[in-house]
Amino acid sequence: MTGFKRFIFELNHGFFSITLYPMRHMISKFLCSILGLLLVALLCACAAMKPEFAAQDLDRWTQEVLRRSFRDEKAVKVSILQQDASNKECSTAQSSGIELSEQKRKEIEDENFKTVVSPKDGQYFGDFKLGEVLAQDGRGLTWSDAIGQPNGGQCYNCHQLSAKELSYGTLGPSLYQYGKNRGVTDLKSEVSKPVIEYTWAKLWNSKSFNACSAMPRYGDHGILSQVQIKHLMSLLLDPRSPVNQ
Amino acid sequence: MKSFAIAFELGRCLRFLSICAYMWTMCSFVHAQSTADAIAQYRAMLQDGNPADLFVDKGELLWKAARGPKNISLQACDLGLGPGILEGAWVQLPRYFQDTQRVQDLESRLLTCMQTLQGFDASAIAQTPFGVGEQINVSALAAFVSSRSMGQAFLLPQSHPEERRFYELGKRLFFTRAGPYDFSCSTCHAQDAKRIRLQDLPNITGKEGATAGFGAWPAYRVSNGQMWSMQQRLNDCLRQQRFPYPLFGSDFTIALGVYMGVNSKGGQSIAPALKR
Repeated sequence: MTGFKRFIFELNHGFFSITLYPMRHMISKFLCSILGLLLVALLCACAAMKPEFAAQDLDRWTQEVLRRSFRDEKAVKVSILQQDASNKECSTAQSSGIELSEQKRKEIEDENFKTVVSPKDGQYFGDFKLGEVLAQDGRGLTWSDAIGQPNGGQCYNCHQLSAKELSYGTLGPSLYQYGKNRGVTDLKSEVSKPVIEYTWAKLWNSKSFNACSAMPRYGDHGILSQVQIKHLMSLLLDPRSPVNQ
Repeated sequence: MKSFAIAFELGRCLRFLSICAYMWTMCSFVHAQSTADAIAQYRAMLQDGNPADLFVDKGELLWKAARGPKNISLQACDLGLGPGILEGAWVQLPRYFQDTQRVQDLESRLLTCMQTLQGFDASAIAQTPFGVGEQINVSALAAFVSSRSMGQAFLLPQSHPEERRFYELGKRLFFTRAGPYDFSCSTCHAQDAKRIRLQDLPNITGKEGATAGFGAWPAYRVSNGQMWSMQQRLNDCLRQQRFPYPLFGSDFTIALGVYMGVNSKGGQSIAPALKR
């Protein structure tokens, strides 16, 4: 008998058969359970690939829930829940965890950039002191706000601005020394022009440069007037503003 | 009831004095400690006698009292674990109820019981503004029910397909950007260690933040001296989000409750808590 056959024979009939038999049994049991586990894992993987609810059904139900869960109150109407393309795309991207493609982002940003309106009189600046008042003011557009009152800029909710104000939020980047850090020493200088135009566009429509920015579109959505935005421009860029000290 | 009111007023006075004293001390140390530490200390100090306890007592009286057109108590109300079972009911809500064929949160379920057992008009109560009429009693009842699960871990059921569907809907609604400011719940509550002004923001997409955000309500709010249920808390969130006015017990608020509650799984309920 050759080696392997001899080995099997010994296993079944030889001296070791008695001692090895239960072990052989265990080995086969072990192999079976491994196979079983693999099968279960495979089934689970298949189940995981097909979600319980189809994405388009969930989208439809979400819209239905939005439609029937709210009512108008004072100036705040249910119709404001209507999403534009950028809000729709960014909501889906965030809830699904699948980031927008570079091309999609660019499309949204270009679409938003088109809405930017330059100041009517070509004058980009107002009063940085009034800008600071606006930055502090978080009121506006809730159903508990008085109708017809001007809205605040609510900048301090999310950004650091003047070093003196310690009560600032951290959802947005610090804007302390915004103008100074960008080399703005003279608002009339030609060198400052790109920063000035960028800042105006960012305040007018934040989604022009970041498709899913968390910042409101102050000009485009009519939250602030051109005059108010000019005050904020001064707060951010004027070398005499508390922001740039 | 009179002694109740006196005790309550006395408690408020004492608390006001201690807060004043604390504010004075805090001013001198403000640079020595971080804001979060200071606020935590302030809360710890207020924890010494939570006015929410008074609402818990009131809620218990309401639960046991024969009331409504049918003059019956709420003691046979099924909050998900069987008629009259309070222990652990709150940490498993919102959940699906066979009789109404709806996923319901604590407040909407209380309205169902008030209608079916006591003969109240649930939709009339739902349309009543917060802090008025039966809505005051609903807040007290919510405080009472939640107190019977204090210290227990959140374990919302997800076995019924409707419960799983509501989780998925809640997740989508949490990330839905809309309104004049393009805000969603996630604008403020999807990142760690962020704040609005000096107010810390819980990250509700994870267990720790969801437990802190969801697991604390119903709560007594020191800033306005009111007992708020989760429905009222969400109403105020949505107001600041510049969303329209949410209907009491709407699917939006309940789906959001499922999303937050399921995310809190394993976290400990401290409701009814004390909030700034």
